[in-house]
Amino acid sequence: METIIREGSPKTPYVRLDGEKGLIEIKGRSIPENSVEFYKPLIDWLDKYGTTPLESTDVNVQLEYFNTSSSKCILDIFKKLELIYKKGSKVQINWYYEEDDEDMFEAGEDYQSIINIPFSMIEMEE
Amino acid sequence: MGFDLDKWYAQKMQGEVILKYMGDVSSDKITEALEGIESNLNLKNEINKTRKKVYNVFVECIQNLFHHVDVPPVSAHVELVPKFGIIILARDNSFYRISTGNFVRLDKVNIIKDRIDQVNSLSDEEVKMLYREILGNEGITSKGGGGLGMLDIVRKTGNKLEYALYPFDDEYVFFSLDVYIS
Repeated sequence: METIIREGSPKTPYVRLDGEKGLIEIKGRSIPENSVEFYKPLIDWLDKYGTTPLESTDVNVQLEYFNTSSSKCILDIFKKLELIYKKGSKVQINWYYEEDDEDMFEAGEDYQSIINIPFSMIEMEE
Repeated sequence: MGFDLDKWYAQKMQGEVILKYMGDVSSDKITEALEGIESNLNLKNEINKTRKKVYNVFVECIQNLFHHVDVPPVSAHVELVPKFGIIILARDNSFYRISTGNFVRLDKVNIIKDRIDQVNSLSDEEVKMLYREILGNEGITSKGGGGLGMLDIVRKTGNKLEYALYPFDDEYVFFSLDVYIS
């Protein structure tokens, strides 16, 4: 399984999809006007990874902020991971947020309430 | 006497203006505007929480323009660009204000009005619940905006949306929106 790395830009996050380690990382900000265009290849990668996933997949999401159109795409990613989890692989989502950042904390809670998958909220000191 | 854009603009320019933009709301212009805000010293000195909130709400406001604005009417005497919009970020005493303005076709007026009135009628808890419901159940709207923009703004600011629809001519209305971040 190939590894996809996207460097961060002013409007898009750093992304690492590592099929060998079973590691998915999304960091930075996600505010593109056309979020579907940005996230489509990542969703496609997950579809492929989901056919033969590793025994265990770790997902680290550390976003500064994201726009509402990204919020849908992030949910799509989590839904793909939920499918993998339901098929019996171990999947762990770690949602990082800065201390005092209620908005990112609540965003994490939103996803936690929608998807059925181990989900940890991790506070980071500023 | 119809709607006076200069007068509206002058009014919105009150307070300490951090960023003002009038013209085509293209993807590149949005990037420039965001860079402008980020380099603003006063905002840089704000606590992280406030700075991020201002930035995030500004993104939502300007992308709302990007997804929904129309070509302005010729008689408005403004730049005839595909996505004409105005956005001003100012600081008034203890709060930040984001004002947006754009011309909308008459047939869209009721949609905008209903949407904002509905969002404004909800309690904080109801806003959160509706946000989750839409996030979890609906696909991306045809405009790619997700249908969550206004809800997100109200949720993040904790304040109601203040808006006005000024009749302009037989085809257009000027839509003015003020968002306050305390």
